Amino acid sequence: MEHNHVHQASGTAFDLLLALPFVLAVIVYLRMAVVSNHRCKRWPFYRFVCWILGVIFAAAALIGPMAKLAHESFTAHMVGHLFLGMLAPLLLVLAAPMTLLMRTLSVRSARRLSRILKSLPLSIYCNPVVASTLNIGGLWILYTTELYSAMQHNFLLHIVVHIHVFLAGYLYTISILYIDPIPHRYGFIYRAVVLILSLAAHGILSKYIYAYPPMGVPREQAEMGGMIMYYGGDLVEIVLISIFCQQWYKAARPRMTVSFTQ
Amino acid sequence: MTTSHDARLNYLGRNLLSGCLLGLGFVAFIDEAVFHQILHWHHFYDKSTPDIGLVSDGIFHAFSWFSTISGAFLVSDLRRRNAWWPKRWIGGFLLGGGAFQLYDGTIQHKLMRIHQIRYNVEIAPYDWVWNIIAAIMLIAGLILIFRTGRESKVMEGTV
Repeated sequence: MEHNHVHQASGTAFDLLLALPFVLAVIVYLRMAVVSNHRCKRWPFYRFVCWILGVIFAAAALIGPMAKLAHESFTAHMVGHLFLGMLAPLLLVLAAPMTLLMRTLSVRSARRLSRILKSLPLSIYCNPVVASTLNIGGLWILYTTELYSAMQHNFLLHIVVHIHVFLAGYLYTISILYIDPIPHRYGFIYRAVVLILSLAAHGILSKYIYAYPPMGVPREQAEMGGMIMYYGGDLVEIVLISIFCQQWYKAARPRMTVSFTQ
Repeated sequence: MTTSHDARLNYLGRNLLSGCLLGLGFVAFIDEAVFHQILHWHHFYDKSTPDIGLVSDGIFHAFSWFSTISGAFLVSDLRRRNAWWPKRWIGGFLLGGGAFQLYDGTIQHKLMRIHQIRYNVEIAPYDWVWNIIAAIMLIAGLILIFRTGRESKVMEGTV
């Protein structure tokens, strides 16, 4: 009883510690927006909403009831994975944090930052093929090797895998949707092909999990988890594809030669 | 007004592409919504599916979402350019839809055995109806595309 109580207390304290980066992310973003509003035009309201929702979805995968459940249930783990690896990155990218950061920095620092953004390693990471391989390839390794069961027993590995899932998801999203400044811009067709192939690899992996449960996952849970990954992935993909096409629609608008007769 | 005709002639390919994409997406959507979700005739995964079947299904599934959405944006693009040609577009729609349904009904269902149209029934009539509808769509689409192709040449004055 006593032991249990102690365990719970330290668990809560630990949860608070884990929540810290997420709280900071919201505070820093809001602070930057205040600074930016003084200098430039008003930062759009929907971007605040996207940022806060993105942080909440990412946090839900790591702290709180669903994260606890994810240790025992593969289904809960998969919902968390969708939040952390797909939905949260998409929302955070829509919040355009890099653009906001650029607006708040002094000209000198902003120039230094844009030099870093243009550096070779970053432009390699932001290549759609590299980013989607890191993203989907990482998931294939996670669910088709012993990594998934190893992660459940090793806390450090657990954290590293989750950070990877998030970062790879974010990198993937910025390599497909150009909202923030990015080192090198690729054409729509190229990105569309990579987008389709990576979504296909995601769908194939979902059915593969359904058919061949990862080590230590009961068949029923693997089937449920596979279907959540397949159809949940679809929902986020529809939004991703729609924004992608919307960007093409804007970029391809007919250039009218307007003649003023008045 | 001749501008409308001129614009259509400049975007023959885009009319075709847009129709094909939405046709494919429409058939894939009916397949998913009606046969998987409402009737529960199709199965998410069939034990006899080989791995190549999973790959084919995954690629078409991803492509069908992309083609539906991008096809719709292409229609809006054609409309804002006054270049939408419904007759040619429907030709593309039937071609894309028919070709995908035929591929699904022959290669994916029969050759790769991803899943069958329905289980615990005599399957042959289902397969015939499925594939004949696909073939009719495909042929009707080709006829429309051929006709509009000729009409466009007449409009351009090359025939």
